[in-house]
Amino acid sequence: MEKGMKKRWISLYVENQVGVLSKISGLFSGKSYNLDSLTVGTTEDPTVSRMTIATVSDDETFEQIKKQLNRMIEVIKVIDFTDVFVRMKEILYVKVRNCTPDDKVELFQIAETFKAKVIDYGKDSLLLEFVQTATKNDAVVKLIKEEFGSIEVVRGGSVGIESISMMER
Amino acid sequence: MKQISGNKLLVKALKEEGVEVLFGYPGACTIDISDELYKQDEIQIVLPRHEQALVHEADAYARTTGKVGVCLVTSGPGATNLVTGLATANYDSVPLVCFTGQVARHLIGNDAFQEVDIVGITRSITKYGVTVRNREDLGRIIKEAFYIARTGRPGPVLIDLPKDVMAELGSAEYPKSVNIRGYKPNTSVHIGQLKRAIKMLHKAKKPLFLAGGGVNIAHANEIFRQVVEKTNVPVVTTIMGRGAIPTTHPLFVGNLGMHGSYAANMSVSNCDLLFSIGTRFNDRITGKLHEFAPNAQIVHIDIDTASISRNIHVDIPIVADAKDAITKMAEYVEPCSTQKWLHEIDAWKKEHPLTMRPNTTLGPLDILEEINRQFDDAILVTDVGQHQMLVTQYAEITEKKQLIMSGGLGTMGYGLPGAIGAKIGNPDKPVIAISGDGGMQMNIQELATAVLEELPIIACIFNNEYLGMVRQWQKLFYGKRYSMTNLRSGALSRRTNGEEFPEYTPDFVKLAESYGAKGIRVMKKEEVAAAFEEARKNTKTPTIIEFIIDPEEMVYPMIKPGGTLEDMIMDC
Repeated sequence: MEKGMKKRWISLYVENQVGVLSKISGLFSGKSYNLDSLTVGTTEDPTVSRMTIATVSDDETFEQIKKQLNRMIEVIKVIDFTDVFVRMKEILYVKVRNCTPDDKVELFQIAETFKAKVIDYGKDSLLLEFVQTATKNDAVVKLIKEEFGSIEVVRGGSVGIESISMMER
Repeated sequence: MKQISGNKLLVKALKEEGVEVLFGYPGACTIDISDELYKQDEIQIVLPRHEQALVHEADAYARTTGKVGVCLVTSGPGATNLVTGLATANYDSVPLVCFTGQVARHLIGNDAFQEVDIVGITRSITKYGVTVRNREDLGRIIKEAFYIARTGRPGPVLIDLPKDVMAELGSAEYPKSVNIRGYKPNTSVHIGQLKRAIKMLHKAKKPLFLAGGGVNIAHANEIFRQVVEKTNVPVVTTIMGRGAIPTTHPLFVGNLGMHGSYAANMSVSNCDLLFSIGTRFNDRITGKLHEFAPNAQIVHIDIDTASISRNIHVDIPIVADAKDAITKMAEYVEPCSTQKWLHEIDAWKKEHPLTMRPNTTLGPLDILEEINRQFDDAILVTDVGQHQMLVTQYAEITEKKQLIMSGGLGTMGYGLPGAIGAKIGNPDKPVIAISGDGGMQMNIQELATAVLEELPIIACIFNNEYLGMVRQWQKLFYGKRYSMTNLRSGALSRRTNGEEFPEYTPDFVKLAESYGAKGIRVMKKEEVAAAFEEARKNTKTPTIIEFIIDPEEMVYPMIKPGGTLEDMIMDC
């Protein structure tokens, strides 16, 4: 990675309105900011959505990103998650096909090691569900891709929330 | 409770917002609104000839009156024709509220006739844009639009109005107040930061004020002049900041940037404190970034946090409205001992004053000096190109004068509609448009609007038969290969059998006359004064004065794009 570039997270409260997601993602593409992942869903208040955004950027660009988000009318609040204690997880589904019985044994071992769940089972296929940090999911995808020929991967993107008492991620 | 249609509520809202002029062009999706407007006579309706010109007219009206400019256009092409004008207003922070027609809700997404997703198209060039999806939201959205457009850093707001929403009956209430949870523009000044900045100013040996368009937008000129005079600190301006203090003021050095004066650029390079207000350090003023103001600490006051520390590193950032901040400054500033520094700057002014090559027949300077001589109370509106840069260099902007232009986006075609909008907002002030023959032809159809509205604007055309600024780059940096810049090229010029060219394409004098305007052609410098005098006597219709200019006229000095002061070209 270039000098000063690192992964950072933003949590964003936005108006739950048509076009807001497009406006936020358009800011990233229009101004050439990196957008690593973006998740969005409504909050306890149905008029408010909350986004978790991951981006790889240097300090100056990241400051700009926060300022540009802040000046949007539809953005209610911008929270920098980079240096605060948060709980952050990503859901990952991996479907593995053309499994031999040995493959299945290995996949069960992988699932156990990574605290994943085997949530579906076929004659020669398995479906695994991982809920862990995006970095760990990266590692899992890399591992399974190396070991197995026919896989299918779907990732949800990180969602995060500030910790109450925990001092770890 | 009485129920009224959305169309009726819109007209009611415009009246409650104090809208005096609406720039509108009709169509199928807005015909009901047109019909409502027909039934009233409080709001003056201006009908331009093209929606791009329409939005420039509203833009210039807003820039010269301080009010919000209001546009109404139909869906589809009516809306897409706004795009350039919205971007122009967005870059130069001009408050606009633009209403676009939209097809009925059940047709949205069907590729219906004259349907476009205009909110999507303009998302990155408006301050805010929204489609009204429920009749009950209409009043609140209009109220919010006017508030968003004129507060904070002003900008254009677009409201898209589906035809069926507008036809629906609903509440006749127009809200009195606004509360947008995601939008709280800064209305205070951080006094601690400001005092630190002023301390720096007092300590500096070579302090320099840099005033941008923000000073003009905030109408902070008078208080700024007081601060400048009290501190005795010299001032440079961006082209949008020109007039922040009168250009005839002894402490005014000049404009900085690509076509800035030598003294102004040298001052920036040598100052030890750059106290900047209302500028975003655009590439046209900074040149190569790491060599910009290399010896200076930088203070930056701006209403937009995102403009601070974006292009250059700032030592003291202050987020505030220019007028609020300068008014606070006036309480704390003390005289600075700048005599030595001012002498240094004077020496630069003498070393390389702004000059143009002497011209025996007719040069741009003959025209600009005559404008300075004859008009001490006027609004100047430029187009984009060589003539624009010359105006920013030579036009005297004093207290009673104002200069407007498309500074950020650099929109050709702004000049004529800009003058129309300015004149509609300021009927008692002389309004002078200055365009090239290229820019003039981009919105020439607006002569009809000017004639029919009986606007005695003076539209000057610097006609050199070329797209002069691009030609200047080609002359300096592209071996004089004048590709695509000759406005007389075409099939006729490609043939070599010696056929005669028509003398003018177009003949602007005849063109003016065909619209019912007055046309004057000036070929010699001796005719310049008389032409303006004649134009001033023509108080019922616009006057076009076409000045025939040598295409070899250049704008100097010039710093190569992305270059530094060392690259400054003084002349050829």
